[in-house]
Amino acid sequence: MKAKGSVLKYGDNVDTDVIIPARYLNSSDPEELASHCMEDIDREFVKKVQKGDIIVANKNFGCGSSREHAPIAIKAAGISCVIAETFARIFYRNAINIGLPIIECPEAAQEIEGGDVVEIDFDSGLITDVTKGVSWQGQAFPEFMQKIIRAEGLINYINQKQ
Amino acid sequence: MGMTMTQKILAAHAGLDRVEAGQLIEADLDLVLGNDITSPVAIREMEKMNTQGVFDRDKIALVPDHFVPNKDIKSAEHCKCVREFACRHGITNYFEVGEMGIEHALLPEKGLTVAGDVIIGADSHTCTYGALGAFSTGVGSTDMAAGMATGKAWFKVPSAIQFRLTGRPSKWVSGKDVILHIIGMIGVDGALYRSMEFTGDGIAYLSMDDRFTIANMAIEAGGKNGIFPVDEKAVAYMKEHSRKEYTVYEADEDAVYDAVYTIDLSTLRPTVAFPHLPENTKTIDEITEDVKIDQVVIGSCTNGRLDDIRTAAQVLSGRHVAKGIRCIILPATQAIYLQAMEEGLLKIFIEAGAVVSTPTCGPCLGGYMGILAAGERCVSTTNRNFVGRMGHVESEVYLASPAVAAASAVTGKISSPEQLD
Repeated sequence: MKAKGSVLKYGDNVDTDVIIPARYLNSSDPEELASHCMEDIDREFVKKVQKGDIIVANKNFGCGSSREHAPIAIKAAGISCVIAETFARIFYRNAINIGLPIIECPEAAQEIEGGDVVEIDFDSGLITDVTKGVSWQGQAFPEFMQKIIRAEGLINYINQKQ
Repeated sequence: MGMTMTQKILAAHAGLDRVEAGQLIEADLDLVLGNDITSPVAIREMEKMNTQGVFDRDKIALVPDHFVPNKDIKSAEHCKCVREFACRHGITNYFEVGEMGIEHALLPEKGLTVAGDVIIGADSHTCTYGALGAFSTGVGSTDMAAGMATGKAWFKVPSAIQFRLTGRPSKWVSGKDVILHIIGMIGVDGALYRSMEFTGDGIAYLSMDDRFTIANMAIEAGGKNGIFPVDEKAVAYMKEHSRKEYTVYEADEDAVYDAVYTIDLSTLRPTVAFPHLPENTKTIDEITEDVKIDQVVIGSCTNGRLDDIRTAAQVLSGRHVAKGIRCIILPATQAIYLQAMEEGLLKIFIEAGAVVSTPTCGPCLGGYMGILAAGERCVSTTNRNFVGRMGHVESEVYLASPAVAAASAVTGKISSPEQLD
């Protein structure tokens, strides 16, 4: 499984309130949530984002609330993968559970710049900045998490097991 | 190598003699929780499952509390979805407006969370129940759906940081000041993926309400859970509120911790977290310039309990909210509201020029009941001060204890009660 796209870059502690502000949590419709994705950190995000794009950020991405609306909004906005130095743990679980690929790699997260084209191989964890011609070894998912992502989420995975 | 308190609870619920940090396990759940924001997404996920039933209708708690009484039509539809699901599955612990409260104040009060439990909740502040010696942690809606259907959840066993609390806190220092001090010290990702285990003889000086506040904000340091040993106060609380059987787990003496911090509570001062992260803390003595404010909020799953309401009343009694300041007080449950009424605290608040609201999470997350305009500042006893958390992206939230929040309402700037006389 691979993803390839253009990078939108953010800093430390991107919290769930800026990913999807609570004023929109009276909806749970993925398309509607996507239309407000990243609104309080980057008002241009929704206009800029192209299907397949990749978010790269620094420490503690997704900190704050348990709202699954955050990874849902990111996925529905067309983002194919999020790379960060570290993720907040509930966001990490939620992203896996809804089938949004995410990968931790401090070096890649620090060096990749906005606008770079990046390719990720989820089976090996290899991250390649095609623009810069540099690769890094990110943390590959344990096998059972890969199964959840391939099934496009925990619920499908549980259904397949039964 | 011994196990931490958290690891022992997880091992017991995974049917294992021992577990170690990093191990992936599947654990049996004693309680699965959701609210009006997260449950509709979980219900939608559950409907995709091959099995449609719930694992145990007595072990699921559904608490509409974020946007209730319904703030708008969309919220009303969400609440209706939760209500109908609860009815369809005969969920024992569904709490309608009138009997509800903010989930993390309500569930311990109703006796649904006890020592030794493994609890997941689709709300990040589910870590609150660690105050009673339970393993409890926030998850998302899909985990909630899987938990409701199967009664199980997968976990990566966490390592732990130990916080040894010693000494007795001074008069105006509360659990909120302790946890803000800790987050200021280790940062908003200082306990990422880890347990925060609190120990030490200083715990004896902390009320249960103080401990709930401390465990509640473990997530603001990135923690997976926060947990306290089960002492006489915790046992007395459970005996008063619950008929559930509880199990006391203790960390092994040779348990290994990633780090150990010793904190002398007697040296702590009232502490405030400045915008826009809970780690941006200053003690009241370090705030040398006037920070003028527009609003004060006293309430939430962090600080809407009886101790908090009593402290606010103690500060506001015989005083008045400064002209031009809005002071909003939200007792966290109906029982706390009633007790506050019987003790005459609501009268004190109204005479002081504050408003008292029905229990709701509303203002904490910028939902309703106290939204901020551009450029406005709020001193709040809530738990997050992220950009736009309580309203406009150019508004500011300062996190503080009920004592500091109430004193600030009186002066119109960030103040401690010591500065009032």
